[in-house]
Amino acid sequence: MADDSGVWMYAVAESMSPERFRDVAGVGGEPVRTIAAGGLAAAVTTVSLAEFGEQALRRNLEDLGWLEKVARIHHEVIEVVGRHGPVLPMRLATIYAGDASAAAMLTQRAEDFSAALRRVTGRAEWGVKIFVSRRTAEAGSSDDDGGGTGGSGPGAAFLRRRRALLAARENAKVAAAADAEQIHLALGGLAVASYARPPQDPQLTGRSEKMVLNGAYLVDQEAAAGFAAAVHRLGTERPDLRVELTGPWPPYSFAVVGDPDESTAGRRGGSGERALGEETAL
Amino acid sequence: MNDGGRQSPGPAARPARSGGELVPAAGSAPAAAHEEYSPGLQYQRIALVDLLDRLLAGGVVVSGEVRLAIADVDLVTISLRALIASASSVAAHGGEEGSP
Repeated sequence: MADDSGVWMYAVAESMSPERFRDVAGVGGEPVRTIAAGGLAAAVTTVSLAEFGEQALRRNLEDLGWLEKVARIHHEVIEVVGRHGPVLPMRLATIYAGDASAAAMLTQRAEDFSAALRRVTGRAEWGVKIFVSRRTAEAGSSDDDGGGTGGSGPGAAFLRRRRALLAARENAKVAAAADAEQIHLALGGLAVASYARPPQDPQLTGRSEKMVLNGAYLVDQEAAAGFAAAVHRLGTERPDLRVELTGPWPPYSFAVVGDPDESTAGRRGGSGERALGEETAL
Repeated sequence: MNDGGRQSPGPAARPARSGGELVPAAGSAPAAAHEEYSPGLQYQRIALVDLLDRLLAGGVVVSGEVRLAIADVDLVTISLRALIASASSVAAHGGEEGSP
């Protein structure tokens, strides 16, 4: 392998046939191929360090067009692997110096990878996002306004309305957070593992509504329809919340190899992973 | 958010695996799910925000790997900057933040 190239790794599975990637152009345009080691296989692409080296990567990651292209290819390859069996997605921008170091990593961590693959076998990740709209709060306060007109002049009435409005908004926020936690627990009950991802920034969702839950759930295949139905029901029963279901996803949020704490920076609730481990009997 | 230590209260005896017939296979399904459960949104593809949410903070990170790539934290912050820069130009029309 030339010094000016590296190996981008997309995913690890028990095995994969290179023909699956015939129609997929990898990141940077080179083909997707496989590396087998330690009884596992990884989907990889040789990348030029001129584009994917540390310096270049830093720059390119700030280019949304570049980032989107690479992210979609990364995801597509993972999905292709996932169609044929359990898959462990690698974090975006996992790049090895060459095939030899990629293979060495697989061999060295083979047991951990196999255990992680068993945990996600027959399961998929589902995402549930819950938004609470500001209108909810405003609706609550306008009811109060109707009765509270026995005041002293329009100024006082205005202030009273204003205060009521703000208080209602604050209450609605607190209530929404409590709701979100309850919903997360309830949905977690239908999953083998759950993880509350940090809510997405309103700047990114492009909505004025506040995201109060950004949950990820690892759900057995046979429980998936029930899970989706539960989410759908929630959306119907709670018109005050906007509930969104995404998935099935490859198990991005549950791809943990070895010590849960070493993976997925910022992950909370490592015990969820341990419960997942106990749960799995294969 | 408390998600620690929960376990599935599901039935002790599980039905045989159905092979996932009840739900669409991975692939185009995320878009389908969006359409079914939030009809207001028509994503032809997975929303970039949702994708990056997972790609930048999810997936396997093996410690001690011979990575040429940058540290995880950098990955998220760097890319977030790009996202927010782009989102704020897009959100120029959608900003109904009329709060006092």
